[in-house]
Amino acid sequence: MERLYAGSLAKGAGLVIGLILLLLLIMASMVFGATPITMSDVYHSFANYDASSNEQIIVQTSRAPRAFVAAAIGASLAVAGALIQGLTRNPLADPNVLGINFGASFAVVFSVTMLSVSSLPLLTAASFVGAAAAALAVYLLGSLGRDGLTPLKIILAGAALSALFSSFTQGMLVLDEQSLNDVMFWLTGSVAGRSLDMLMAVLPFMAAGWAASLWIARHMNVLTMGEDTAQGLGQRTIYIKLTAGVIVMALAGSSVAVAGPVGFIGLVIPTMARMFAGNDFRWIIPYSALLGGILVLAADIGARFVIKPEELPVGVMTAVIGIPAFIAIARKGSLKS
Amino acid sequence: MKNHTYIRLGKLPVSFFMHRKTIKLIIGLVLASIFALLISTALGDLRISPIEVIRTLLGGGGEESRLIIHTLRLPRIIAAFLVGASLAAAGAILQGIIRNPLASPDIIGITSGASVAAVAFITYFSGTLSIAWMPVAAMIGAGITSLIIYLLAWKKGVTPIRLVLIGIGINFLLASATKVMLVMNPNYTASQAYIWLTGTVYGTDWEMIRSLVPWVVVFIPLSFLFARNVNVLQLGDDIAMGVGTAVQRQRFMLLLISVALAGAAVSVGGAVSFVGLIAPHMTRKLVGPAFGGALPIAALIGGLMVVTADTVARTAFLPYDIPVGVFTAGIGAPFFIYLLYRHRNG
Repeated sequence: MERLYAGSLAKGAGLVIGLILLLLLIMASMVFGATPITMSDVYHSFANYDASSNEQIIVQTSRAPRAFVAAAIGASLAVAGALIQGLTRNPLADPNVLGINFGASFAVVFSVTMLSVSSLPLLTAASFVGAAAAALAVYLLGSLGRDGLTPLKIILAGAALSALFSSFTQGMLVLDEQSLNDVMFWLTGSVAGRSLDMLMAVLPFMAAGWAASLWIARHMNVLTMGEDTAQGLGQRTIYIKLTAGVIVMALAGSSVAVAGPVGFIGLVIPTMARMFAGNDFRWIIPYSALLGGILVLAADIGARFVIKPEELPVGVMTAVIGIPAFIAIARKGSLKS
Repeated sequence: MKNHTYIRLGKLPVSFFMHRKTIKLIIGLVLASIFALLISTALGDLRISPIEVIRTLLGGGGEESRLIIHTLRLPRIIAAFLVGASLAAAGAILQGIIRNPLASPDIIGITSGASVAAVAFITYFSGTLSIAWMPVAAMIGAGITSLIIYLLAWKKGVTPIRLVLIGIGINFLLASATKVMLVMNPNYTASQAYIWLTGTVYGTDWEMIRSLVPWVVVFIPLSFLFARNVNVLQLGDDIAMGVGTAVQRQRFMLLLISVALAGAAVSVGGAVSFVGLIAPHMTRKLVGPAFGGALPIAALIGGLMVVTADTVARTAFLPYDIPVGVFTAGIGAPFFIYLLYRHRNG
């Protein structure tokens, strides 16, 4: 059905290389760190787990969750970013346009300061609910009026609601300095210290999001031609916009729930992906997913070595690794705004 | 065109072209601002009647109210107004020349540059240098950062999209550096830094006002002079060149103006968010897209927003005096959402 065109082969090869790189980094993430671990330790810990081996315990409780969380949130945030940039037709948009980080942060800080919640699984649930509620509010506010959901309205509604949530959050933190210390670790975003169970809790949402984003890619291509053109071609734009919004919410919401607010990836990776993949969402989505996973994994491995024995927050390392590449790309730029 | 008013200054290359409604709106906002200043001066830990406020401002008044008004409230209120007006004007210019509704002074590195410098100052120098130097540090940080972004974006000229992307990158880098300093710091400095990052005009004195006023007095009128060029740049580079605008030079001048305004505002008030982003949008909802009258209106709205926010912040939760940045969005966002709702079909 789909006509292959020149360049598809190169792009396909790029995806394969990306996938290999991702798998290598997942392995590297399990092997490198304060305690040296061999490949056979990793293999045995999955194949025939021996609870008396320190190395295997480390792999199962710390290294493996970390590697999988990094790959999963990197891919999810990047895909969410690609969709929201398409939806708003704005390269400055990231999942935060839907107020996701701010809604999640608000819910977490509220739980800590007002309800004295301190267990991580409960905070995870709270942040997911907060993210979803914020996204829903932005969508409702953005679709007021006769012309429904326009890119500009989503952006404005998102900006207003994000600011409102973040001012509530800041207010609570300013009034309650003790809590500031308790939630600071969450507010900086991290892939360390998360259990596999936490990832498993949100993985269904993520997996559904990835699958749905591949399905919606063709329709996004049509939608980004503009509302009128898309409708003229017979697309029922409202459904596509709603679906894309739900996907962004599921992907970004579950990422925030697991790792806290990690910025930058959802904003920058889609731009990089467009450099490799052009403007076709069928390529942008997989490229975003791979690049996002690769960047967060690489950043997380790097974060263990920069200021031994301390570790940098992963968001910081992501910026340090990603930004030089991003600036080089922006300077090269044949970017369409 | 009969609803429009022209203002021309003889032979100078300056002209304004405004809708009558815009002029009415400006007058209304000026009155509202004066009213807000009076009310804000009257409110606080110790309430002073508006009559007494006016008497004191005119040089009369009692000993006690003179002390409270002249040394405590007035500088703070004036600072809040100037900070808001400068941020809003800077945001309006940027949104015009970058042609992106998400553009705000944060985009071109003002906030992140100033924040890094301020937090570094709190962290490494607060023991050795007086806190009065912090605005200077913030200003230097903002200036250097903006310059770096401009230079990195330069490649046979600067295009809006390149400027924005590079700006985002550098911002993230600096925000990360700020975060690292906060995480690695003892709690006391971290919470002090956090208050600065939220934005506050607490404890402003006449000294600070004196350092802020020259910037505002020079650059806000300058921005009015350049308003026409924003109108042209909004049409895109090709058309702007076609009608004879020196695009690169104009863009550089306008950027310089917005960096100066936002930098001065942030150095005094800290990283007050939201005003620079949303005041221009409020303006467009009220008067449409033409830039002629938009700039003074945006500046007045910004000033009003921050004065109102600071009044609430220092009086609503007595004895707490909450950083104004907490309330700018709290006050501004509901009003903006109301505007979104009212103009939902237009």
